[in-house]
Amino acid sequence: MGNRSSVEDIVKTVNIVGLEMQKSVLNILIGGEAGQGLVTLSQILTKALVRAGYSIVVTQSYHSRIRGGHNTYALRVADSEIQAPAEAIDILVALNMETVEIHSGTLNTNGIVVLDEALGIGNASHVAVPFKALTSDRHWNATAVGVVSEILGLDEHIIDRAAQDFFSKHSGISVEDSMKSLNAGRDWMKSVSTESFKLVKPVGNSGRMMMNGNEAIALGALSAGMKTCCFYPMTPATSISVALCEYAKKMGIIAEQAEDEISAINMAIGASFCGAPSLVPTSGGGFALMAEGLSLAGMTETPVVIALAQRPGPSTGLPTRTEQGDLEFALHAGHGEFTRAIFAPGTVEECFWLTRHAFAIADEYRIPVIIMTDQFLADCYRSVEPFPVLELDHLDVCSDTMGESLPHLTYRITENGVSPRLLPGLSKNCVVAHSSEELVIADSDEHTEDGHLTEDLSVRIRMVDKRNRKLDGLKQKIVRPTFHGDSSPDILMVCWGSTRGSVHEACEHIRKNGTEAGYLHFSQVWPIDSASVNDTLLSAKSVVVVESNSTGQFCRLLRRETGYHAEKQVLRYDGLPVTPEYILEKLGSGKENV
Amino acid sequence: MFELRDYGDFETAWCPGCGNHSILKAVKDALFRLQLAPYNVLFVSGIGQAAKAPHYLKSNVFNGLHGRSLPVATGARIGNPDLKVIVESGDGCHYGEGGNHFLAAIRRNVDITMLVHNNQVYGLTKGQASPTSATGFVTKTQPQGVYNSPFNPLQVAVAMKAGFVARGFSGQIEHLSNLIQQGIAHRGLSLIDILQPCVSFNKVNTFGWYNQRCYMIGDDHDPFDRNKALLLADEWGDRIPIGVIYRNDRPAFEDHFDVLKQGPAAKRPVQKDVLNGIMNSYL
Ligand SMILES: Cc1ncc(C[n+]2csc(CCOP(=O)(O)OP(=O)(O)O)c2C)c(N)n1
Ligand code: SF4
Ligand SMILES: [Mg+2]
Repeated sequence: MGNRSSVEDIVKTVNIVGLEMQKSVLNILIGGEAGQGLVTLSQILTKALVRAGYSIVVTQSYHSRIRGGHNTYALRVADSEIQAPAEAIDILVALNMETVEIHSGTLNTNGIVVLDEALGIGNASHVAVPFKALTSDRHWNATAVGVVSEILGLDEHIIDRAAQDFFSKHSGISVEDSMKSLNAGRDWMKSVSTESFKLVKPVGNSGRMMMNGNEAIALGALSAGMKTCCFYPMTPATSISVALCEYAKKMGIIAEQAEDEISAINMAIGASFCGAPSLVPTSGGGFALMAEGLSLAGMTETPVVIALAQRPGPSTGLPTRTEQGDLEFALHAGHGEFTRAIFAPGTVEECFWLTRHAFAIADEYRIPVIIMTDQFLADCYRSVEPFPVLELDHLDVCSDTMGESLPHLTYRITENGVSPRLLPGLSKNCVVAHSSEELVIADSDEHTEDGHLTEDLSVRIRMVDKRNRKLDGLKQKIVRPTFHGDSSPDILMVCWGSTRGSVHEACEHIRKNGTEAGYLHFSQVWPIDSASVNDTLLSAKSVVVVESNSTGQFCRLLRRETGYHAEKQVLRYDGLPVTPEYILEKLGSGKENV
Repeated sequence: MFELRDYGDFETAWCPGCGNHSILKAVKDALFRLQLAPYNVLFVSGIGQAAKAPHYLKSNVFNGLHGRSLPVATGARIGNPDLKVIVESGDGCHYGEGGNHFLAAIRRNVDITMLVHNNQVYGLTKGQASPTSATGFVTKTQPQGVYNSPFNPLQVAVAMKAGFVARGFSGQIEHLSNLIQQGIAHRGLSLIDILQPCVSFNKVNTFGWYNQRCYMIGDDHDPFDRNKALLLADEWGDRIPIGVIYRNDRPAFEDHFDVLKQGPAAKRPVQKDVLNGIMNSYL
């Protein structure tokens, strides 16, 4: 690892004296080894900032290991709404030398490095904290909270409360000792004194939650009326299941770790068939194992919702990084032809709302529905307005069940392709069944209306058509892409899923610089309603598709569905999220045709 | 009161002389003797000749994927714990394609009755070796004979402390029906491996072959004695024991969840106030 003098050179460029202006946006990067207390520092700071009413965007980047490895937690904070991560760092909190070496290159000209004096970089132009003198080894991360929060000029009461909440939740930590250490850090920082990174007080917006994409999916699922979560752990989807396991008892749901992903999806299908709306969180490799099950859901017409949190592939790929490389796979996964819907939330809020919507669509059309996120959005903390969960309705599978025409035919041919539903063992409105006219028979083989397998090829055609007709209904309910910006713009960016915030900020930047710009964000990527976007696409002088993969999968889908061929693409596939700077740089350098 | 015919009378697609016919009879007889309402029973099967059995019964049916019946059945118990869930499929389905689910289901101990039509061959795909085919068994895909040693499902199940482990023979319908009844009555996973001649693709393990070897386990065997059960499960050759080999009363999966004592999931409302409290913990 690099030699010391070069690091000193880098650090020398930092000067915290003489910049008196308060900041309205700051990008703080906390870096260190896993297990170094990075989480403590980051979580307390973030919580306090959210409670104080700041807007935040957190990007987590970590190595696939429990201890060691270089991990970072990037916390971008602003007094007014921000939507994207940033590359340039204002405050680099380095828990080890490696962090300094890797990241000081992206430090803003006036940025500072906060580090342990013991790292031995004898330079006055950075904040070298005498941790050893201020605290014991055990509590240095609390001290760091004190130091950083004082640099930001955060309300002491809010920081203290966030720290107390955090420490009291973790057994084996003395709250009193931790708070002492925190105060020591704060007092020391006061004595050093710098005004340069004090944050402007935010306007309003207190009372928000600190929540990431996965947590919002978990809450969305609970609010939708999900009763079963079946999963096999896989980063970056795991924290959805972890949250649901934590709440299972309280909420009266079952969250079961299956023996493998094949089991997970089949279990979910079994539960859903019997009336428990089910969620299956996974990532690419696990989803690959579910392909046959997805097809089973299509054939048996059983609702199931899959949360597919993407990471870079192929194969095991980069387990803890981000990518949007599984779009075409999700579109085509599963053998045979069947109807599906795919959503791609662009924000933490959309994770909640679209998860609810996914359950409603799966239930209404009796199809598999996929929610696609990625590691960036899964782990991305934002400040989020509380959801009105008390007022929201949820699935009532019982009221869906109709046993009007008996004997019940699981696959009764209907105009919209959706058959009246009954649950095994239950009759209309979930009263206990009382006749053999109410049997529910489902089959993965081609089947007749009553659910028994058939090789009658004319029935086959009728059943295929019935299943396909669901797509017509789905198309009536498409979540239209969001358009933002100037009409008939010089440059129109097209994106889907998690890149929304970065595209938004890049777009605003371009507009501020005098070019007319806009973007279209797809939060439903299947089916797509080509008629509604064609005009927008054609009105733009140039169209750039921005996505996190190497071949432009959405660009191809767009062309297939709309006939519109966007010639320009901004693609990112190094495992890091697309940022506004990245987009602008690619656009500016004319290298968009990667 | 249900009559035997209430459990269905369908034409089957099985070969004449196939052991499946007798197994179907035993299953119906067991349902009838237990007086289970057809609409309170859910049969879950995979793919294979055996897996077609539920189509020839009057009951709720989920005929899913090859090898995946146990996960579906587990989900079904979670979705509606009031249903009697019976899984029925072949040796290939349960011990081959679904091998991991077999192990997991024993460990999870969900209240499911597992009927395995064990014809020691893949019937539906026309006669390849199955996990239980004997070493040396010659097929078109194992023309030199099977190299692998056969899987002993019963011994594995006893070793893993499955709650109810039994072997039946399609040639002993009444005895088999009795085993199925005991299996259904048992709380937790019950495994009933059923020896079943396949007249078309297994010319070695024929009806006569089984009939000559199968003997009923006597009253002197204590199924709660695991060491004896392990030995009994190992017996295979000139003599093959049929009957209950092993049992225990360990808690079923369902016993760990209060919510599964509250009936079908579909009837349980979403506790919005609890959810609101959970959400507020993110403030
Ligand atoms: C994923 C998958 N692989 C392979 C098959 C083809 N297949 C259908 S049944 C079967 C074997 C059946 O053997 P067994 O389970 O013993 O049932 P049997 O027909 O002997 O009753 C196979 C290989 C399939 N349907 N699905
Ligand atoms: S092929 Fe074998 S198992 Fe299948 S029906 Fe015929 S005899 Fe029975
Ligand atoms: Mg077989």
